Amino acid sequence: MAKHWWKALAVLILTYTIIAGFTHKIPIIGTNGQSSRGLYFHVPMWICMYTMFTISVINSLRYLSGYDLRKDALASAAGGVGVFYGVLGFATGTLWATYTWGSTFTSDPKQMLTAVALLIYMAYLVLRMSISDIDKRARISAVFNIFAFALLIPLTYIIPRMVDSLHPGSASTPGFASKDTDNNMKMVLYPAFIGWTLLSVWIFTLVVRYKKLELKNIFK
Amino acid sequence: MINKAFSFCCTCVLLLLSLIANAQQQDTEKGPVNEFFRSNDKIYVIVGVLLIIFAGIIIFLISLERKISKLEQRDHQDRQ
Repeated sequence: MAKHWWKALAVLILTYTIIAGFTHKIPIIGTNGQSSRGLYFHVPMWICMYTMFTISVINSLRYLSGYDLRKDALASAAGGVGVFYGVLGFATGTLWATYTWGSTFTSDPKQMLTAVALLIYMAYLVLRMSISDIDKRARISAVFNIFAFALLIPLTYIIPRMVDSLHPGSASTPGFASKDTDNNMKMVLYPAFIGWTLLSVWIFTLVVRYKKLELKNIFK
Repeated sequence: MINKAFSFCCTCVLLLLSLIANAQQQDTEKGPVNEFFRSNDKIYVIVGVLLIIFAGIIIFLISLERKISKLEQRDHQDRQ
């Protein structure tokens, strides 16, 4: 039981996030209305995705330095969970955009470039499936994973901040930064980051254990 | 072990269903619980909905974790 405490912590924090996130008082600004509460659920999805892709690229690098297939299992598990969270983040974002920006798919740079980055990572998963030789698959996909991570950061983080965008956190709307976020919202937002990230790590460990069981004959 | 837990869960669900069936006869507008759920444009109903979904996901993850642990233990015994 002692090693499961962080899972209980994640459940506690997320229960708090759901209750407080829906019921506490937030500032009503412009066309956002109550939809600003999406901050506690949409943004943590991206934090989880970045966490997973970082774990993935680190393990790809570790694989390439020693050719240990266990590292490749870690990298592929993190990549899969990362894409899952990316799709969730994208879906919640488009729903929100429909009612605040007026359109599900706009020519907004952040939305477009995030879709491109997600497609690159989906290509990583497809690439893995297309090679049947295990060692070859691990090497090629590890190299592709490093390329994908090198594109992820400029596509989803740097370029949207340099150009004008409807999305909060771009050049013309530097919203939701630490200085201009409402203090009341920070009380929920920061715990939400921790809680959702812990949940994603939990799912990641389950996928890893499943993969290790699946490939136990190779790892022996 | 699994059968016991499963039958316990089934009993709980059936008990809950019978309670809900019973509650349909009752007034859902009076009483502190009903007033709480109807306050603030019924936002607490949706908070409840999300808590139920979240609880379901967590229960699913815990059961998955237990199944994987059991497989790992069996695998460990096989190697010895």
